[in-house]
Amino acid sequence: MRTVQLSHGGGGQEMNKLISDLFFHHFQNEILLKAEDAAVLQLEGPIAFTSDSFTVSPLFFAGGDIGKLAIAGTVNDLAMVGAQPQYLSCSFIIEEGFEYHKLETIVKSMKAELEKSGAQIVCGDTKVVPRGAADGVFINTTGVGTVKYPNISVSQLQAGDAILVSRDIGCHGSCILMARDELRLESELVSDCATLWPVVERLIESGVSLHAMRDATRGGLSAVLNEWCEGSKIQIDVEEEKIPIADAVQGLCELYGFEPYDLANEGTMILAVPAKDVPAALDVLRLFSPNAEQIGTVVEAQQHKVIMHNPWGGRRYLELPQGELLPRIC
Amino acid sequence: MIELKDLSQGFRNPELMQSLSQRIHQLSAQLSESVKIMEVCGGHTHTIMKYGLNQLLPRNIEFIHGPGCPVCIMPKERIDHAIELAMLPEVILVTLGDMIRVPGSKGTLAQCRAKGGDVRPVYDPLDALEIAKQNPDRKVVFFAIGFETTTPMTAVLLELAEKQNVANLYFHINHVLVPPAVDAVMADGAAKVTAFIGPSHVSAITGSDIYQPIVDCYHTPVVVSGFEPVDVMQSILMIVEQKVQGIAKLEVQYTRVVTAKGNQAAQQKVASMFTLRPHFRWRGLGDIPLSSLVLSEQYRHRDAEIVFADALSDQAIEDHKACQCADILRGLAKPNQCRVFGRGCTPTKPMGSCMVSSEGACNAYYRYAGLAFDLDLTKEATTGKASINRAKTEKEITA
Amino acid sequence: MCLCIPSQIVEIHPEDSTVTVDTLGVRRRISTHLIEDPLNMGDYLLIHVGFAISKINEQEALKSLEEYRLLLAEMDEEEARALFI
Repeated sequence: MRTVQLSHGGGGQEMNKLISDLFFHHFQNEILLKAEDAAVLQLEGPIAFTSDSFTVSPLFFAGGDIGKLAIAGTVNDLAMVGAQPQYLSCSFIIEEGFEYHKLETIVKSMKAELEKSGAQIVCGDTKVVPRGAADGVFINTTGVGTVKYPNISVSQLQAGDAILVSRDIGCHGSCILMARDELRLESELVSDCATLWPVVERLIESGVSLHAMRDATRGGLSAVLNEWCEGSKIQIDVEEEKIPIADAVQGLCELYGFEPYDLANEGTMILAVPAKDVPAALDVLRLFSPNAEQIGTVVEAQQHKVIMHNPWGGRRYLELPQGELLPRIC
Repeated sequence: MIELKDLSQGFRNPELMQSLSQRIHQLSAQLSESVKIMEVCGGHTHTIMKYGLNQLLPRNIEFIHGPGCPVCIMPKERIDHAIELAMLPEVILVTLGDMIRVPGSKGTLAQCRAKGGDVRPVYDPLDALEIAKQNPDRKVVFFAIGFETTTPMTAVLLELAEKQNVANLYFHINHVLVPPAVDAVMADGAAKVTAFIGPSHVSAITGSDIYQPIVDCYHTPVVVSGFEPVDVMQSILMIVEQKVQGIAKLEVQYTRVVTAKGNQAAQQKVASMFTLRPHFRWRGLGDIPLSSLVLSEQYRHRDAEIVFADALSDQAIEDHKACQCADILRGLAKPNQCRVFGRGCTPTKPMGSCMVSSEGACNAYYRYAGLAFDLDLTKEATTGKASINRAKTEKEITA
Repeated sequence: MCLCIPSQIVEIHPEDSTVTVDTLGVRRRISTHLIEDPLNMGDYLLIHVGFAISKINEQEALKSLEEYRLLLAEMDEEEARALFI
């Protein structure tokens, strides 16, 4: 079995071979292949810039792997401010002894995910650390892109805006929880991990006004809505029964006492658009997922809280998730 | 043939919830005094707060949260035992979920783990057996907690350990019983409970007959209820009907699971391996005689309190003065009346046990009831129609 | 854990007294050491910390649901309308 050795990070011949056979081979583009100390980029207008590190366990899960996640995550962060993802850097921290074919699988899935947005990896770095100093492989990606639709912001929500969700929530978080050995669960559920730029591009083309967008990653729907309330000094009313949730996600939550609103997503976005644009926005979103739905509205209020309405008239605050996800005991 | 969705969504039907709310409003108008319902089980507290059931009820129906969350009622000295065991180099301490976050007098099991104690939270008690088999040179202690519902699982674990000759598995037993706790609340009288919602899962094991003495002794209705919102609303309606008729009887709303005699196979396993412990100190309720279980004579060799006696402290430890878990567990205070609620004590940094478990009253209030307090919803609703209409208007939130 | 959603038997493993159950598409193996009644495919079980503690009595469940249907039908139409505006 071929594995990654410490020498692969040593800066010598082995490292050069790893880079050319694997990274250059799959990520190849003109800028990367120049192999300069830094990539030189041609960009015009306002630029969005973001960075994220990925340390998921397990590395391979239903619907994706750490590679797909590392591309989609950074590309989505750019897309969420209306920027077209263009150039990414990519740094690997690899544990000594990591299987080469697994690394290749990860790299291939990064390549496939890059094609969804047309972004390119133009620079990178590889470090190999002694066994035990990392868990398999960690990846950092940093990206830039040109802003195509300005002023999308956490502070731009206005009273009367509709809150939309692009698909059913909580799939990624559920998949990761189910992959944990101790729960011993099985299901057909796959992570929502996906690149959102194609949806955003269509939304921009459709002429819909976009006030705020965010991919609901860690902290899930609850975290995004609470951040928006604080950021725009508004209240958000949410109708619980409108929130799309897949059966298996619901099942997992019922079994372990989780809230689907707290579970992570990796390809699900929340949008705030003016009420008049709801039909047009939903038309676009539903080209990508039939489950896209309006789940709430923005209200002017002194309290900047998310209020969840249940179908029989009960109300509660939807709070930020707290603490680690432990199952209920009784 | 019934579908799974009927078994869950059928008991969460919004129209039915509103219809039940309306009926409760109509009937309770005939009551001369208010009904104080204690839901004994933490699962019901969770349902009531999560689904906002108190917002659907008239002013003269009040919930008093009972001592039915196994994590909440655990006194600090028992948690100290767990920590003392886990700090022994030869011991692996295995316990269920939330338990690792409850503070004893020397911190929590989670903190003990960070200091090097081998603490392993599991989801399934039988995992303890696997851990014992995989670590033959270590001593695995199962820190067993829970009411009548969870005791049979400990019994199965013990049975399998005996059958398979897994000699390195020990038990620290903290299994407690519902009827003595309910009796203690009533005998004390301070909580002024006038009706009970009986636990769901406990009753699935024990059967509903165990509550008959409470009904007879205190002339108090007991309705054994399921956990879905419709189950709880229907149970409240059944209590109000009894109150209007001036009667007190034992009824079962949760007929799809609970029978009079319960799960006798489970009861037999428990009876063959456990006996009553003369005394157990409950957080809040204090010492209640014959309210908990201990391994019977023939399993003394697996009783961690005997085997590790030298390592275990033996002193009752009171709660922090500012923490009012004790009053909350006795039904004398509501979580939001506690001085540290939401300030010194939150789910991330709990001071008292009731904030730890998601079925603890404080945790349920913290997660779900903030809005109801801000609007004082629990007090203002007077008729079903009014409260439902009010729920549809958002003006008062902005006001 | 005191969670109420029932699970349905999809596989029976008599060799180690377990069954595989399904809850809305989530499957797991649970112990049936505490159930003496014969178990059949399609039965609904109530689960507590990895153990089946009771079979769901389908007849009783259907009876409750039927009772609820009647309760709703009884509701005065006008009141219903006033409620749901």
